[in-house]
Amino acid sequence: MSKRIDVKDLNVYYGDFLAVEDVSINIEAKSVTAFIGPSGCGKSTFLRTLNRMHEVIPGARVEGEVLLDGDNLYGPGVDPVTVRSQIGMVFQRPNPFPTMSIRDNVLAGVKLNNKKISKGEADVLVERSLKGANLWNEVKDRLEKPGSGLSGGQQQRLCIARAIAVEPQVILMDEPCSALDPISTLAIEDLINELKDQYTVVIVTHNMQQAARVSDKTAFFNIAGTGKPGKLIEYGDTHTIFSNPVQKATEDYVSGRFG
Amino acid sequence: MTATSLTSTQGAGRAGDKVFSGATLAAGCVILAVLFGVALFLVVQAIPALTAPADKIQGGQGFFAYIWPIVIGTLIAAVIALVIATPIAIGVALFISHFAPRGLASGLGYVVDLLAAIPSVVYGAWGAAFLAKEISPSYGWLAENMGWLPIFEGPASTTGKTILTAGIVLAVMVLPIITSLSREIFLQAPKLHEEAALALGATRWEMIKMAVLPFARPGIISAVMLGLGRALGETMAVALVLSSGALTASLIQSGNQTIAAEIALNFPEASGLKVSTLIAAGLVLFVITLAVNMIARWVITRHKEFSGAN
Repeated sequence: MSKRIDVKDLNVYYGDFLAVEDVSINIEAKSVTAFIGPSGCGKSTFLRTLNRMHEVIPGARVEGEVLLDGDNLYGPGVDPVTVRSQIGMVFQRPNPFPTMSIRDNVLAGVKLNNKKISKGEADVLVERSLKGANLWNEVKDRLEKPGSGLSGGQQQRLCIARAIAVEPQVILMDEPCSALDPISTLAIEDLINELKDQYTVVIVTHNMQQAARVSDKTAFFNIAGTGKPGKLIEYGDTHTIFSNPVQKATEDYVSGRFG
Repeated sequence: MTATSLTSTQGAGRAGDKVFSGATLAAGCVILAVLFGVALFLVVQAIPALTAPADKIQGGQGFFAYIWPIVIGTLIAAVIALVIATPIAIGVALFISHFAPRGLASGLGYVVDLLAAIPSVVYGAWGAAFLAKEISPSYGWLAENMGWLPIFEGPASTTGKTILTAGIVLAVMVLPIITSLSREIFLQAPKLHEEAALALGATRWEMIKMAVLPFARPGIISAVMLGLGRALGETMAVALVLSSGALTASLIQSGNQTIAAEIALNFPEASGLKVSTLIAAGLVLFVITLAVNMIARWVITRHKEFSGAN
Protein backbone atom coordinates (compact mmCIF):
# COMPACT_ATOMS: atom_id res chain seq x y z
CA MET A 1 0.00 0.00 0.00
CA SER A 2 2.86 2.33 -0.63
CA LYS A 3 4.82 3.18 -3.72
CA ARG A 4 8.05 4.95 -4.47
CA ILE A 5 8.31 8.18 -6.44
CA ASP A 6 11.03 8.94 -8.95
CA VAL A 7 11.21 12.40 -10.42
CA LYS A 8 13.25 12.97 -13.56
CA ASP A 9 14.32 16.41 -14.82
CA LEU A 10 11.21 18.22 -13.67
CA ASN A 11 10.71 21.89 -14.56
CA VAL A 12 7.72 23.64 -13.00
CA TYR A 13 6.18 26.75 -14.54
CA TYR A 14 3.59 29.36 -13.64
CA GLY A 15 2.77 30.58 -17.15
CA ASP A 16 6.15 31.55 -18.59
CA PHE A 17 7.80 31.88 -15.20
CA LEU A 18 10.07 28.99 -14.33
CA ALA A 19 9.45 28.39 -10.61
CA VAL A 20 11.43 25.20 -10.02
CA GLU A 21 14.24 24.07 -12.28
CA ASP A 22 15.47 20.62 -13.18
CA VAL A 23 14.66 18.54 -10.12
CA SER A 24 15.53 14.84 -10.07
CA ILE A 25 14.88 12.95 -6.86
CA ASN A 26 14.10 9.39 -5.76
CA ILE A 27 11.68 9.06 -2.86
CA GLU A 28 11.66 5.69 -1.14
CA ALA A 29 8.48 3.81 -0.30
CA LYS A 30 7.55 3.55 3.41
CA SER A 31 9.79 6.37 4.47
CA VAL A 32 9.47 9.99 5.47
CA THR A 33 11.10 12.50 3.17
CA ALA A 34 11.32 16.14 4.23
CA PHE A 35 11.69 19.16 1.95
CA ILE A 36 13.36 22.13 3.62
CA GLY A 37 14.52 25.49 2.38
CA PRO A 38 13.85 29.23 2.66
CA SER A 39 10.48 30.77 1.76
CA GLY A 40 9.80 31.01 -1.95
CA CYS A 41 12.34 28.36 -2.90
CA GLY A 42 9.68 26.26 -4.60
CA LYS A 43 9.43 23.33 -2.19
CA SER A 44 5.65 23.61 -1.82
CA THR A 45 5.27 24.18 -5.55
CA PHE A 46 7.33 21.07 -6.20
CA LEU A 47 5.30 19.06 -3.66
CA ARG A 48 2.10 20.00 -5.46
CA THR A 49 3.43 18.60 -8.73
CA LEU A 50 3.65 15.17 -7.11
CA ASN A 51 -0.16 14.78 -7.09
CA ARG A 52 -0.92 17.12 -9.98
CA MET A 53 -2.44 19.77 -7.71
CA HIS A 54 -0.06 22.30 -9.23
CA GLU A 55 -2.06 22.51 -12.45
CA VAL A 56 -5.21 23.61 -10.58
CA ILE A 57 -3.76 27.13 -10.74
CA PRO A 58 -4.51 28.69 -14.15
CA GLY A 59 -1.45 28.73 -16.42
CA ALA A 60 0.56 26.34 -14.26
CA ARG A 61 2.31 23.45 -16.01
CA VAL A 62 5.29 21.12 -15.73
CA GLU A 63 7.87 19.49 -18.00
CA GLY A 64 9.54 16.23 -17.14
CA GLU A 65 8.48 12.97 -15.53
CA VAL A 66 7.13 11.91 -12.14
CA LEU A 67 7.09 8.13 -11.86
CA LEU A 68 4.93 6.39 -9.26
CA ASP A 69 6.41 2.89 -9.14
CA GLY A 70 7.40 3.40 -12.78
CA ASP A 71 4.11 4.89 -14.04
CA ASN A 72 4.44 8.45 -15.30
CA LEU A 73 1.88 10.72 -13.61
CA TYR A 74 2.17 13.13 -16.53
CA GLY A 75 1.94 10.46 -19.21
CA PRO A 76 -0.64 10.82 -22.00
CA GLY A 77 -4.11 9.69 -20.96
CA VAL A 78 -3.38 9.87 -17.24
CA ASP A 79 -6.34 11.40 -15.39
CA PRO A 80 -5.28 13.82 -12.64
CA VAL A 81 -8.38 12.78 -10.68
CA THR A 82 -7.07 9.20 -10.47
CA VAL A 83 -3.60 10.45 -9.53
CA ARG A 84 -5.01 12.50 -6.66
CA SER A 85 -7.08 9.62 -5.33
CA GLN A 86 -3.84 7.61 -5.00
CA ILE A 87 -1.66 10.38 -3.62
CA GLY A 88 -3.29 12.06 -0.65
CA MET A 89 -2.53 15.55 0.55
CA VAL A 90 -2.64 17.43 3.85
CA PHE A 91 -2.54 21.21 3.64
CA GLN A 92 -0.91 24.00 5.57
CA ARG A 93 -4.14 25.13 7.17
CA PRO A 94 -6.55 22.47 8.44
CA ASN A 95 -9.43 22.33 5.97
CA PRO A 96 -12.15 19.91 7.01
CA PHE A 97 -15.36 20.54 5.08
CA PRO A 98 -17.33 22.89 7.35
CA THR A 99 -20.71 21.72 6.09
CA MET A 100 -19.99 18.08 6.94
CA SER A 101 -19.96 16.18 10.20
CA ILE A 102 -16.74 14.59 11.47
CA ARG A 103 -17.91 11.24 10.17
CA ASP A 104 -18.81 12.60 6.73
CA ASN A 105 -15.47 14.36 6.52
CA VAL A 106 -13.65 11.07 6.97
CA LEU A 107 -15.86 9.43 4.37
CA ALA A 108 -15.70 12.31 1.87
CA GLY A 109 -12.97 10.81 -0.30
CA VAL A 110 -14.28 7.27 -0.05
CA LYS A 111 -17.71 8.30 -1.28
CA LEU A 112 -16.08 9.79 -4.36
CA ASN A 113 -14.13 6.70 -5.33
CA ASN A 114 -16.57 4.05 -4.26
CA LYS A 115 -20.07 5.41 -4.09
CA LYS A 116 -21.67 2.28 -2.67
CA ILE A 117 -20.60 1.65 0.89
CA SER A 118 -22.79 0.03 3.51
CA LYS A 119 -23.28 1.68 6.87
CA GLY A 120 -21.42 -1.13 8.62
CA GLU A 121 -18.41 -0.84 6.34
CA ALA A 122 -18.49 2.92 6.72
CA ASP A 123 -18.51 2.65 10.51
CA VAL A 124 -15.50 0.33 10.44
CA LEU A 125 -13.66 2.61 8.05
CA VAL A 126 -14.40 5.74 10.07
CA GLU A 127 -13.12 4.11 13.24
CA ARG A 128 -10.02 2.70 11.58
CA SER A 129 -9.13 5.99 9.89
CA LEU A 130 -9.69 8.08 13.01
CA LYS A 131 -7.64 5.61 15.06
CA GLY A 132 -4.97 5.81 12.36
CA ALA A 133 -4.92 9.56 12.86
CA ASN A 134 -4.87 9.27 16.68
CA LEU A 135 -8.16 11.12 16.89
CA TRP A 136 -10.67 8.39 17.66
CA ASN A 137 -10.72 8.72 21.43
CA GLU A 138 -11.25 12.45 21.26
CA VAL A 139 -14.17 12.43 18.82
CA LYS A 140 -15.87 9.03 19.08
CA ASP A 141 -18.79 10.48 21.03
CA ARG A 142 -19.45 13.33 18.62
CA LEU A 143 -19.03 11.91 15.15
CA GLU A 144 -22.16 13.70 13.95
CA LYS A 145 -20.93 17.12 15.08
CA PRO A 146 -19.36 19.48 12.54
CA GLY A 147 -15.63 19.08 11.95
CA SER A 148 -15.14 22.82 12.23
CA GLY A 149 -15.92 22.63 15.96
CA LEU A 150 -12.65 20.84 16.71
CA SER A 151 -9.41 22.53 17.72
CA GLY A 152 -6.83 23.32 15.03
CA GLY A 153 -4.69 20.30 15.85
CA GLN A 154 -7.70 18.00 15.92
CA GLN A 155 -8.89 19.43 12.61
CA GLN A 156 -5.51 18.70 11.06
CA ARG A 157 -5.63 15.12 12.33
CA LEU A 158 -9.17 14.88 10.93
CA CYS A 159 -7.71 15.93 7.56
CA ILE A 160 -5.09 13.20 7.90
CA ALA A 161 -7.84 10.69 8.72
CA ARG A 162 -9.71 11.86 5.65
CA ALA A 163 -6.59 11.36 3.54
CA ILE A 164 -5.79 7.87 4.83
CA ALA A 165 -9.42 6.72 4.59
CA VAL A 166 -8.99 6.31 0.84
CA GLU A 167 -5.85 4.22 1.41
CA PRO A 168 -3.50 6.22 -0.79
CA GLN A 169 -0.04 5.10 -1.93
CA VAL A 170 1.60 8.33 -0.83
CA ILE A 171 0.70 11.12 1.58
CA LEU A 172 1.96 14.62 0.85
CA MET A 173 2.02 17.13 3.69
CA ASP A 174 2.47 20.82 2.99
CA GLU A 175 3.71 22.42 6.24
CA PRO A 176 1.05 20.52 8.21
CA CYS A 177 2.05 21.99 11.58
CA SER A 178 2.69 25.61 10.72
CA ALA A 179 -0.73 26.71 12.01
CA LEU A 180 -0.59 24.54 15.15
CA ASP A 181 0.64 24.94 18.71
CA PRO A 182 3.60 22.85 19.97
CA ILE A 183 1.47 20.14 21.62
CA SER A 184 -0.64 19.61 18.51
CA THR A 185 2.57 19.64 16.47
CA LEU A 186 3.98 16.87 18.63
CA ALA A 187 0.82 14.83 18.12
CA ILE A 188 1.15 15.18 14.34
CA GLU A 189 4.84 14.32 14.41
CA ASP A 190 4.13 11.16 16.39
CA LEU A 191 1.47 10.33 13.85
CA ILE A 192 3.88 10.83 10.93
CA ASN A 193 6.23 8.33 12.57
CA GLU A 194 3.45 5.77 12.68
CA LEU A 195 2.23 6.52 9.16
CA LYS A 196 5.51 5.57 7.57
CA ASP A 197 4.96 1.93 8.49
CA GLN A 198 2.25 1.89 5.85
CA TYR A 199 2.66 4.91 3.63
CA THR A 200 5.22 6.90 1.74
CA VAL A 201 5.20 10.30 3.40
CA VAL A 202 6.57 13.51 1.91
CA ILE A 203 6.52 16.57 4.13
CA VAL A 204 7.37 20.20 3.46
CA THR A 205 8.44 22.04 6.58
CA HIS A 206 9.89 25.36 7.61
CA ASN A 207 10.94 23.90 10.88
CA MET A 208 14.37 22.26 10.65
CA GLN A 209 14.07 20.55 14.02
CA GLN A 210 10.88 18.99 12.74
CA ALA A 211 12.63 17.72 9.60
CA ALA A 212 15.39 16.29 11.77
CA ARG A 213 12.89 14.63 14.12
CA VAL A 214 10.52 13.01 11.65
CA SER A 215 12.30 12.35 8.37
CA ASP A 216 14.57 9.59 7.06
CA LYS A 217 15.76 11.64 4.14
CA THR A 218 15.91 15.37 3.62
CA ALA A 219 16.00 17.47 0.46
CA PHE A 220 17.29 21.04 0.66
CA PHE A 221 15.86 23.51 -1.87
CA ASN A 222 17.26 26.97 -2.44
CA ILE A 223 16.81 29.97 -4.66
CA ALA A 224 19.56 32.19 -6.05
CA GLY A 225 17.49 35.39 -5.81
CA THR A 226 14.05 36.87 -6.41
CA GLY A 227 12.72 35.93 -9.85
CA LYS A 228 15.17 33.06 -10.19
CA PRO A 229 13.95 29.47 -10.22
CA GLY A 230 14.21 27.29 -7.13
CA LYS A 231 16.57 24.31 -7.30
CA LEU A 232 17.22 21.12 -5.42
CA ILE A 233 20.61 21.72 -3.84
CA GLU A 234 21.21 18.58 -1.87
CA TYR A 235 19.38 15.37 -1.04
CA GLY A 236 20.48 12.66 1.33
CA ASP A 237 19.98 10.94 4.67
CA THR A 238 18.59 13.38 7.19
CA HIS A 239 21.47 12.65 9.53
CA THR A 240 24.02 13.52 6.83
CA ILE A 241 22.21 16.69 5.73
CA PHE A 242 22.11 18.05 9.27
CA SER A 243 25.55 16.95 10.48
CA ASN A 244 27.81 16.70 7.48
CA PRO A 245 26.31 18.21 4.30
CA VAL A 246 28.29 18.28 1.09
CA GLN A 247 27.17 21.70 -0.12
CA LYS A 248 28.18 24.95 1.56
CA ALA A 249 24.67 26.41 1.08
CA THR A 250 23.10 23.47 2.90
CA GLU A 251 25.49 23.81 5.79
CA ASP A 252 24.78 27.56 6.05
CA TYR A 253 21.05 26.93 6.06
CA VAL A 254 20.88 24.08 8.56
CA SER A 255 23.29 25.81 10.91
CA GLY A 256 21.13 28.93 10.82
CA ARG A 257 23.62 31.23 9.13
CA PHE A 258 21.01 32.38 6.63
CA GLY A 259 17.35 31.95 5.65
CA MET B 1 4.06 59.96 31.30
CA THR B 2 1.90 60.42 34.36
CA ALA B 3 -0.96 58.22 35.42
CA THR B 4 -3.47 60.90 34.47
CA SER B 5 -2.70 60.48 30.77
CA LEU B 6 -4.57 57.18 30.89
CA THR B 7 -7.75 58.73 32.16
CA SER B 8 -7.73 61.92 30.13
CA THR B 9 -10.18 61.84 27.24
CA GLN B 10 -8.74 62.02 23.79
CA GLY B 11 -11.23 64.52 22.36
CA ALA B 12 -11.07 63.89 18.61
CA GLY B 13 -11.12 60.10 18.69
CA ARG B 14 -14.06 59.95 21.11
CA ALA B 15 -16.10 62.46 19.16
CA GLY B 16 -15.49 60.57 15.91
CA ASP B 17 -16.63 57.36 17.55
CA LYS B 18 -19.78 58.96 18.84
CA VAL B 19 -20.67 60.55 15.51
CA PHE B 20 -20.10 57.32 13.70
CA SER B 21 -22.11 55.14 16.06
CA GLY B 22 -24.84 57.78 16.11
CA ALA B 23 -24.96 57.82 12.31
CA THR B 24 -25.21 54.05 12.01
CA LEU B 25 -27.88 53.94 14.71
CA ALA B 26 -29.84 56.61 12.86
CA ALA B 27 -29.55 54.70 9.59
CA GLY B 28 -30.86 51.58 11.29
CA CYS B 29 -33.75 53.49 12.82
CA VAL B 30 -34.72 55.08 9.50
CA ILE B 31 -35.19 51.65 7.96
CA LEU B 32 -37.39 50.53 10.83
CA ALA B 33 -39.36 53.78 10.73
CA VAL B 34 -39.98 53.51 6.98
CA LEU B 35 -41.06 49.90 7.28
CA PHE B 36 -43.34 50.70 10.18
CA GLY B 37 -44.73 53.73 8.34
CA VAL B 38 -45.59 51.71 5.26
CA ALA B 39 -47.16 48.94 7.31
CA LEU B 40 -49.19 51.46 9.32
CA PHE B 41 -50.39 53.23 6.17
CA LEU B 42 -51.45 49.94 4.61
CA VAL B 43 -53.33 48.79 7.68
CA VAL B 44 -55.12 52.10 8.31
CA GLN B 45 -56.14 52.53 4.69
CA ALA B 46 -57.18 48.90 4.36
CA ILE B 47 -59.50 48.85 7.38
CA PRO B 48 -62.56 50.20 5.51
CA ALA B 49 -62.31 47.40 2.96
CA LEU B 50 -61.73 44.74 5.60
CA THR B 51 -64.74 45.85 7.66
CA ALA B 52 -67.12 46.72 4.82
CA PRO B 53 -70.23 44.58 4.22
CA ALA B 54 -69.60 41.80 1.72
CA ASP B 55 -71.84 43.12 -1.02
CA LYS B 56 -70.01 46.47 -1.18
CA ILE B 57 -66.70 44.86 -2.21
CA GLN B 58 -65.97 44.28 -5.86
CA GLY B 59 -67.50 40.98 -6.88
CA GLY B 60 -70.09 41.33 -4.13
CA GLN B 61 -68.89 38.44 -1.98
CA GLY B 62 -66.58 40.10 0.49
CA PHE B 63 -62.88 40.86 0.61
CA PHE B 64 -61.70 37.31 1.09
CA ALA B 65 -63.50 36.05 -2.02
CA TYR B 66 -61.99 38.95 -3.92
CA ILE B 67 -58.42 38.50 -2.74
CA TRP B 68 -57.72 34.79 -2.68
CA PRO B 69 -57.85 34.14 -6.45
CA ILE B 70 -55.30 36.87 -7.09
CA VAL B 71 -53.12 35.67 -4.21
CA ILE B 72 -53.03 32.25 -5.85
CA GLY B 73 -52.40 33.88 -9.24
CA THR B 74 -49.49 35.84 -7.79
CA LEU B 75 -47.98 32.72 -6.27
CA ILE B 76 -48.43 30.71 -9.48
CA ALA B 77 -46.64 33.34 -11.56
CA ALA B 78 -43.83 33.67 -9.03
CA VAL B 79 -43.39 29.90 -8.69
CA ILE B 80 -43.23 29.46 -12.47
CA ALA B 81 -40.62 32.19 -12.64
CA LEU B 82 -38.45 30.63 -9.92
CA VAL B 83 -38.78 27.07 -11.20
CA ILE B 84 -37.50 28.21 -14.58
CA ALA B 85 -34.97 30.78 -13.43
CA THR B 86 -33.25 29.11 -10.45
CA PRO B 87 -31.59 26.15 -12.18
CA ILE B 88 -30.57 28.28 -15.16
CA ALA B 89 -29.21 31.01 -12.91
CA ILE B 90 -27.19 28.58 -10.79
CA GLY B 91 -25.86 26.91 -13.92
CA VAL B 92 -24.83 30.21 -15.49
CA ALA B 93 -23.28 31.40 -12.22
CA LEU B 94 -21.28 28.18 -11.84
CA PHE B 95 -20.17 28.38 -15.45
CA ILE B 96 -18.95 31.94 -14.93
CA SER B 97 -17.28 31.25 -11.59
CA HIS B 98 -15.74 27.82 -12.11
CA PHE B 99 -15.80 26.62 -15.72
CA ALA B 100 -15.49 29.46 -18.22
CA PRO B 101 -12.09 30.80 -19.26
CA ARG B 102 -11.44 34.15 -17.64
CA GLY B 103 -12.13 36.32 -20.70
CA LEU B 104 -15.44 34.68 -21.49
CA ALA B 105 -16.46 34.72 -17.83
CA SER B 106 -16.22 38.47 -17.42
CA GLY B 107 -17.97 39.07 -20.77
CA LEU B 108 -20.81 36.80 -19.79
CA GLY B 109 -21.00 38.49 -16.40
CA TYR B 110 -21.51 41.86 -18.10
CA VAL B 111 -24.26 40.48 -20.33
CA VAL B 112 -26.10 39.05 -17.34
CA ASP B 113 -25.84 42.36 -15.48
CA LEU B 114 -27.12 44.09 -18.59
CA LEU B 115 -30.27 41.95 -18.43
CA ALA B 116 -30.97 43.48 -15.03
CA ALA B 117 -30.69 46.97 -16.45
CA ILE B 118 -33.58 46.55 -18.91
CA PRO B 119 -36.70 48.35 -17.59
CA SER B 120 -39.60 46.08 -16.74
CA VAL B 121 -41.96 47.82 -19.16
CA VAL B 122 -39.62 46.77 -21.98
CA TYR B 123 -39.81 43.16 -20.79
CA GLY B 124 -43.59 43.52 -20.70
CA ALA B 125 -43.72 44.85 -24.24
CA TRP B 126 -41.39 42.10 -25.44
CA GLY B 127 -43.47 39.45 -23.70
CA ALA B 128 -46.77 40.77 -25.04
CA ALA B 129 -45.74 41.60 -28.58
CA PHE B 130 -43.18 38.89 -29.32
CA LEU B 131 -42.95 36.01 -26.85
CA ALA B 132 -46.71 35.46 -26.49
CA LYS B 133 -47.14 35.17 -30.25
CA GLU B 134 -44.16 32.90 -30.75
CA ILE B 135 -44.97 30.61 -27.88
CA SER B 136 -48.69 30.08 -28.47
CA PRO B 137 -48.22 27.17 -30.96
CA SER B 138 -46.40 25.21 -28.29
CA TYR B 139 -49.32 25.83 -25.93
CA GLY B 140 -51.51 24.17 -28.53
CA TRP B 141 -49.16 21.20 -28.54
CA LEU B 142 -49.18 21.03 -24.73
CA ALA B 143 -52.97 21.09 -24.65
CA GLU B 144 -53.14 18.30 -27.21
CA ASN B 145 -50.52 15.99 -25.73
CA MET B 146 -50.38 16.82 -22.05
CA GLY B 147 -53.92 18.06 -21.67
CA TRP B 148 -54.71 15.34 -19.12
CA LEU B 149 -52.67 17.37 -16.64
CA PRO B 150 -54.93 20.05 -15.16
CA ILE B 151 -52.22 22.68 -15.59
CA PHE B 152 -52.08 22.07 -19.36
CA GLU B 153 -55.80 21.71 -19.92
CA GLY B 154 -57.10 23.09 -23.24
CA PRO B 155 -58.30 24.94 -25.08
CA ALA B 156 -55.00 26.77 -25.22
CA SER B 157 -55.01 30.52 -25.58
CA THR B 158 -54.45 31.52 -29.20
CA THR B 159 -52.90 34.84 -28.25
CA GLY B 160 -50.43 33.23 -25.84
CA LYS B 161 -51.22 35.87 -23.20
CA THR B 162 -51.36 33.41 -20.34
CA ILE B 163 -49.99 33.11 -16.82
CA LEU B 164 -47.31 30.75 -18.14
CA THR B 165 -46.07 33.40 -20.57
CA ALA B 166 -46.10 35.94 -17.73
CA GLY B 167 -44.15 33.48 -15.60
CA ILE B 168 -41.56 33.01 -18.34
CA VAL B 169 -41.14 36.78 -18.72
CA LEU B 170 -40.76 37.05 -14.94
CA ALA B 171 -38.17 34.26 -15.06
CA VAL B 172 -36.09 36.27 -17.53
CA MET B 173 -36.40 39.27 -15.23
CA VAL B 174 -35.30 37.52 -12.04
CA LEU B 175 -32.58 35.53 -13.80
CA PRO B 176 -29.90 38.27 -13.55
CA ILE B 177 -30.63 38.88 -9.86
CA ILE B 178 -30.19 35.23 -8.90
CA THR B 179 -27.26 34.75 -11.28
CA SER B 180 -25.14 37.67 -10.17
CA LEU B 181 -25.69 37.05 -6.45
CA SER B 182 -24.96 33.32 -6.81
CA ARG B 183 -21.86 34.07 -8.85
CA GLU B 184 -20.50 36.34 -6.12
CA ILE B 185 -21.12 33.64 -3.53
CA PHE B 186 -19.53 30.92 -5.68
CA LEU B 187 -16.44 33.06 -6.18
CA GLN B 188 -16.12 33.38 -2.41
CA ALA B 189 -16.09 29.64 -1.84
CA PRO B 190 -12.83 29.04 0.07
CA LYS B 191 -9.93 27.87 -2.13
CA LEU B 192 -8.86 25.83 0.88
CA HIS B 193 -11.91 23.58 0.69
CA GLU B 194 -11.92 23.39 -3.08
CA GLU B 195 -8.34 22.14 -2.97
CA ALA B 196 -9.22 19.70 -0.20
CA ALA B 197 -11.87 18.17 -2.43
CA LEU B 198 -9.62 18.06 -5.50
CA ALA B 199 -6.78 16.51 -3.50
CA LEU B 200 -9.13 13.70 -2.45
CA GLY B 201 -9.64 12.84 -6.09
CA ALA B 202 -12.83 14.76 -6.78
CA THR B 203 -13.72 15.71 -10.33
CA ARG B 204 -14.58 19.34 -10.92
CA TRP B 205 -18.31 18.66 -10.54
CA GLU B 206 -17.74 16.60 -7.37
CA MET B 207 -15.59 19.41 -6.01
CA ILE B 208 -18.45 21.83 -6.64
CA LYS B 209 -20.88 19.50 -4.87
CA MET B 210 -18.54 19.04 -1.89
CA ALA B 211 -17.01 22.44 -1.38
CA VAL B 212 -18.88 25.11 -3.36
CA LEU B 213 -22.61 24.38 -3.21
CA PRO B 214 -22.79 23.59 0.54
CA PHE B 215 -20.86 26.77 1.25
CA ALA B 216 -23.07 28.79 -1.08
CA ARG B 217 -26.38 27.31 0.07
CA PRO B 218 -27.50 30.18 2.33
CA GLY B 219 -26.41 32.64 -0.34
CA ILE B 220 -28.37 30.83 -3.04
CA ILE B 221 -31.45 30.84 -0.82
CA SER B 222 -31.08 34.58 -0.26
CA ALA B 223 -30.62 35.14 -3.99
CA VAL B 224 -33.72 33.11 -4.82
CA MET B 225 -35.70 34.99 -2.18
CA LEU B 226 -34.65 38.32 -3.67
CA GLY B 227 -35.72 36.99 -7.05
CA LEU B 228 -39.01 35.87 -5.53
CA GLY B 229 -39.49 39.33 -4.07
CA ARG B 230 -39.17 40.83 -7.52
CA ALA B 231 -41.41 38.19 -9.11
CA LEU B 232 -44.13 38.72 -6.49
CA GLY B 233 -44.06 42.48 -6.79
CA GLU B 234 -43.51 42.86 -10.53
CA THR B 235 -46.33 44.91 -12.00
CA MET B 236 -45.71 46.25 -15.47
CA ALA B 237 -44.59 43.07 -17.18
CA VAL B 238 -47.49 41.04 -15.86
CA ALA B 239 -50.00 43.79 -16.59
CA LEU B 240 -48.87 43.92 -20.21
CA VAL B 241 -48.41 40.22 -20.85
CA LEU B 242 -51.30 38.61 -19.02
CA SER B 243 -54.81 38.65 -20.36
CA SER B 244 -56.31 38.43 -16.91
CA GLY B 245 -59.47 36.78 -15.73
CA ALA B 246 -60.88 34.41 -13.17
CA LEU B 247 -58.67 31.93 -11.35
CA THR B 248 -58.05 28.84 -13.44
CA ALA B 249 -55.84 25.85 -12.94
CA SER B 250 -54.70 25.73 -16.54
CA LEU B 251 -51.54 27.70 -17.16
CA ILE B 252 -52.08 27.90 -20.90
CA GLN B 253 -55.53 29.51 -20.94
CA SER B 254 -56.06 33.18 -20.42
CA GLY B 255 -57.15 33.94 -16.89
CA ASN B 256 -55.64 34.45 -13.46
CA GLN B 257 -54.36 37.74 -12.13
CA THR B 258 -51.61 38.88 -9.80
CA ILE B 259 -52.01 41.32 -6.93
CA ALA B 260 -49.49 43.83 -8.25
CA ALA B 261 -51.00 43.93 -11.73
CA GLU B 262 -54.51 44.11 -10.28
CA ILE B 263 -53.57 47.16 -8.24
CA ALA B 264 -51.76 48.87 -11.12
CA LEU B 265 -54.57 48.31 -13.61
CA ASN B 266 -57.39 49.44 -11.32
CA PHE B 267 -55.86 52.10 -9.11
CA PRO B 268 -56.02 55.09 -11.52
CA GLU B 269 -59.81 54.89 -11.84
CA ALA B 270 -60.61 53.73 -8.36
CA SER B 271 -62.30 55.80 -5.67
CA GLY B 272 -63.70 55.36 -2.18
CA LEU B 273 -64.01 51.79 -1.01
CA LYS B 274 -62.37 50.52 -4.20
CA VAL B 275 -59.14 52.33 -3.30
CA SER B 276 -59.30 50.83 0.14
CA THR B 277 -59.80 47.37 -1.33
CA LEU B 278 -56.75 47.74 -3.53
CA ILE B 279 -54.64 48.94 -0.61
CA ALA B 280 -55.82 45.95 1.39
CA ALA B 281 -54.63 43.80 -1.51
CA GLY B 282 -51.29 45.57 -1.21
CA LEU B 283 -51.24 44.75 2.49
CA VAL B 284 -51.75 41.10 1.66
CA LEU B 285 -48.85 41.20 -0.80
CA PHE B 286 -46.70 42.86 1.88
CA VAL B 287 -47.55 40.11 4.35
CA ILE B 288 -46.80 37.38 1.80
CA THR B 289 -43.38 38.87 1.02
CA LEU B 290 -42.62 39.25 4.71
CA ALA B 291 -43.58 35.63 5.37
CA VAL B 292 -41.44 34.40 2.49
CA ASN B 293 -38.43 36.28 3.80
CA MET B 294 -38.92 34.99 7.32
CA ILE B 295 -39.17 31.41 6.08
CA ALA B 296 -35.97 31.93 4.11
CA ARG B 297 -34.18 33.21 7.22
CA TRP B 298 -35.41 30.24 9.18
CA VAL B 299 -34.14 27.83 6.52
CA ILE B 300 -30.74 29.52 6.54
CA THR B 301 -30.32 29.55 10.32
CA ARG B 302 -31.48 25.96 10.71
CA HIS B 303 -28.11 24.77 9.42
CA LYS B 304 -25.98 27.40 11.08
CA GLU B 305 -23.92 24.87 13.00
CA PHE B 306 -22.60 23.48 9.74
CA SER B 307 -22.22 26.77 7.90
CA GLY B 308 -18.51 27.15 8.56
CA ALA B 309 -19.11 30.48 10.27
CA ASN B 310 -18.12 29.08 13.65
